[in-house]
Amino acid sequence: MRKIRDFHGGVHPPENKAQSLHGPIRPAGIPPQLIIPLSQSYGSGAVALVEPGQHVAKGEQIARAEGLSGVPEHAPSSGRVAAIEERSIAHPSGLPATCIVLDTDGRDEWIAHHGAEDFRQLEPAALLDLIRNAGISGMGGAGFPAAVKLSVNPANRIETLIINGTECEPYITADQALMRECSVEIIGGAEILAHLLGAKETLIGVEDNKPKGIAALRRAAQGSAIEIVSFPAKYPSGGEKQLIEMLTGKQVPSNGLPADIQVVCQNTSTTLAVYRAVHQGEPLLSRVTTVTGEAVTRPGNYEILNGTPIDWLLQQVGFRQEHCSRLIMGGPMMGFTVTNVAAPITKTSTCLLASTETELPSPPPAQPCIRCGFCSEACPVKLLPQQLYWFARGKEYEKLEDHHLFDCIECGACSYVCPSNIPLVQYYRAGKAQILELRDEHERAERSRVRFEARQERIEKIALARQEKRAQRKAAAEQRAREAGGDGSEQDLIQAAIARSRARRKEQTR
Amino acid sequence: MALQNITSPHAHGPLTTAKVMRRLLLATLPGVVALTWFFGPGTLVNIAWSCLLALGCEALVMTLRRRPVGFYLKDCSALVTATLLAIAMPPYSPWWLILVGVASSIVVAKHLYGGLGYNPFNPAMVGYVVLLISFPVEMTRWAAPLGGGATVTPGLLQALQACFNPATFDALTMATPLDLFKQHGDLTVTELWLQYPHFGRWSGVGWEWANLGFLAGGLWLLYLRIFTWHAPLAMLAALALMSALFYQGGNPGGAGSPWFHLLGGATMFGAFFIVTDPVTSAVSTTGRLIYGALIGVLIFVIRVWGNYPDAVAFAVLIMNFAAPFIDNYTQPTVYGHKRDGGSKP
Ligand code: SF4
Ligand code: SF4
Repeated sequence: MRKIRDFHGGVHPPENKAQSLHGPIRPAGIPPQLIIPLSQSYGSGAVALVEPGQHVAKGEQIARAEGLSGVPEHAPSSGRVAAIEERSIAHPSGLPATCIVLDTDGRDEWIAHHGAEDFRQLEPAALLDLIRNAGISGMGGAGFPAAVKLSVNPANRIETLIINGTECEPYITADQALMRECSVEIIGGAEILAHLLGAKETLIGVEDNKPKGIAALRRAAQGSAIEIVSFPAKYPSGGEKQLIEMLTGKQVPSNGLPADIQVVCQNTSTTLAVYRAVHQGEPLLSRVTTVTGEAVTRPGNYEILNGTPIDWLLQQVGFRQEHCSRLIMGGPMMGFTVTNVAAPITKTSTCLLASTETELPSPPPAQPCIRCGFCSEACPVKLLPQQLYWFARGKEYEKLEDHHLFDCIECGACSYVCPSNIPLVQYYRAGKAQILELRDEHERAERSRVRFEARQERIEKIALARQEKRAQRKAAAEQRAREAGGDGSEQDLIQAAIARSRARRKEQTR
Repeated sequence: MALQNITSPHAHGPLTTAKVMRRLLLATLPGVVALTWFFGPGTLVNIAWSCLLALGCEALVMTLRRRPVGFYLKDCSALVTATLLAIAMPPYSPWWLILVGVASSIVVAKHLYGGLGYNPFNPAMVGYVVLLISFPVEMTRWAAPLGGGATVTPGLLQALQACFNPATFDALTMATPLDLFKQHGDLTVTELWLQYPHFGRWSGVGWEWANLGFLAGGLWLLYLRIFTWHAPLAMLAALALMSALFYQGGNPGGAGSPWFHLLGGATMFGAFFIVTDPVTSAVSTTGRLIYGALIGVLIFVIRVWGNYPDAVAFAVLIMNFAAPFIDNYTQPTVYGHKRDGGSKP
């Protein structure tokens, strides 16, 4: 048995997972229109390869990756490109993004595709290309491109590959459903990743509140070197850093990457997508998303095409709009609210939570901080949230950095327990943004200072050179004057100059 | 229904500030019952009158500060301050004494410093110390406990009389065990115990049970995780250690056994209801260990070598001063900062 280390803090919010676990994973269907944003993940996004009016087959590449950290996009179903334009997307910033709008034809016709014969014959670089070209980004929520995470510096030989199957947020059960139904593919995907990274050990970490998922994975993993590790449920055990600490006892250095301590972490859905890309040659076109909350009548896990509009999806699951007070993309701890239901589901959408006012009541007004310390007891990073709050309110940016604001993972555990209902995380986000802005400003000021100084220096140099030349000329004139027998005084100089110019004129007239 | 736009987290735990405060109030119950049993209903009248005054003060200040009165009264923090002050005061205190105490606590110590959460000093202890310095006679007139000098305790009517018409009330008062100890440095502990009826099994009659009562309430709060064990345990351990060091086998000049100190005076009340006040204590767990331990040491020092009968209030206020400094030097090691020593002192 592997030794599980506990991490500091954590909370136990009500799980609310049963609602969405009744039936099997169901396909949501093909909506009449798909909206595919060209920047779904971190990184540099994608550039459209198609034109409006063009017909595309399912799986056909419609956008290429921009730069190394971009992710290409593929048509999730067959149809005709209707437009390439700005559409509103589900993003915390609320800003619109360029999207490829696809009118589907309902035939769902695939482009020719085939998987690799034997992935073990493939070089890591070739495998990496396969994963990159399949458009796979991290599907746990943050959406970091999978290929970027997998291309580790050869200096960091990876010891441990961890497949993150914790799914610690309340309500979300997509990974759990996948473990139950697709355990063989998940194990297969893990094997591919382990081969690609040359990892010494491969662990799948699952919270013990998913007994069926664990059993299915264990069955599928029999005979392989992959170890399924379960541990008591506690939010946020699914945080990458927390999971790594629990399973390996090592901490990812602040500002560092897991690869710095020879660990790579990938999410369950991502692992499954890797399996399909390598064995079946299928790019990432759909994902399993939990659609749940009291404002939908048929909660469950749905296989949803990338780009499916939220309003269309909600119609399919019996949305009771009059009862919905909050629509959350992601879970109740870290998700963000969506106000425009025309926005699409993307590769990073783990959950769509349509909640009623009784389910998630509006936050009451915040009361003063009584410094009870519940927040620091709950913080998985061992920060002092009450102090951060204090400093954030006072705009004491240095103190904020001193107290490691930037190590905050915004898990929300502190706000969850705060008896005074203070929206702590909101203060931290604002604080981070302000500090980054200040740093930016400072950098800009620094750059213009350097530029100004360089210019100043140039001007001075020119002035100096001029002065020197003048001095030289003066010295030369004195020299000549002395040679002419004068005492080098001003008078002599003038006389000498006059003589010289006369001589010159004479020469010219001659 | 319009969709709300709110930042995460969207879920919230069950605890509210008002609930925390109500639990604190409830936790004083066993100690208050013991006090009432041994000293009569004086403490109850203290509490009732003090709470009324506190609500009045709070409402007045909130009106002056142009804040919604109801919203701030709802958090029950004024009731907690008032109750703690009332418990610390001698039973059968006159109405005006309590009035001065409550006003010092709520108006000066709490609101002049910015209100709940901003006050650097424990309001109840500020009130107590103001009274102790200004009215030392009234503040040291403790009623005799049942079975430790008195055979009956006053009734409720008498208690009300004591509070609102103090001139007509004449109770049997006597020195507290802590006072006696200090006045009789020439006696051995055994002699003291034999000569005075004040002493019970481990400590003062009545006092030991009140202390056990507050200990019980404190343990319940610990179980509810209203606070962590660090500060109270450190304080009790430091106090026990100091008294063990200076016990000198109960000979004259010694300072009372650890039991005497742990279950005497306001020790348990202080440990679980005053030292644990989160607003005015240190923040991190290491910080709270240091904070608690230093209070324990100070209590012993002031009790044994100082001029005041009990020392919890002074020790706490002194350490309230020091709390920000302790915080400065006891930041916990944040995740990911272990190896490179990234955490600053
Ligand atoms: S939990 Fe809330 S009230 Fe308590 S210390 Fe933290 S921020 Fe303050
Ligand atoms: S949001 Fe940040 S400060 Fe709050 S508990 Fe999570 S990591 Fe700690």
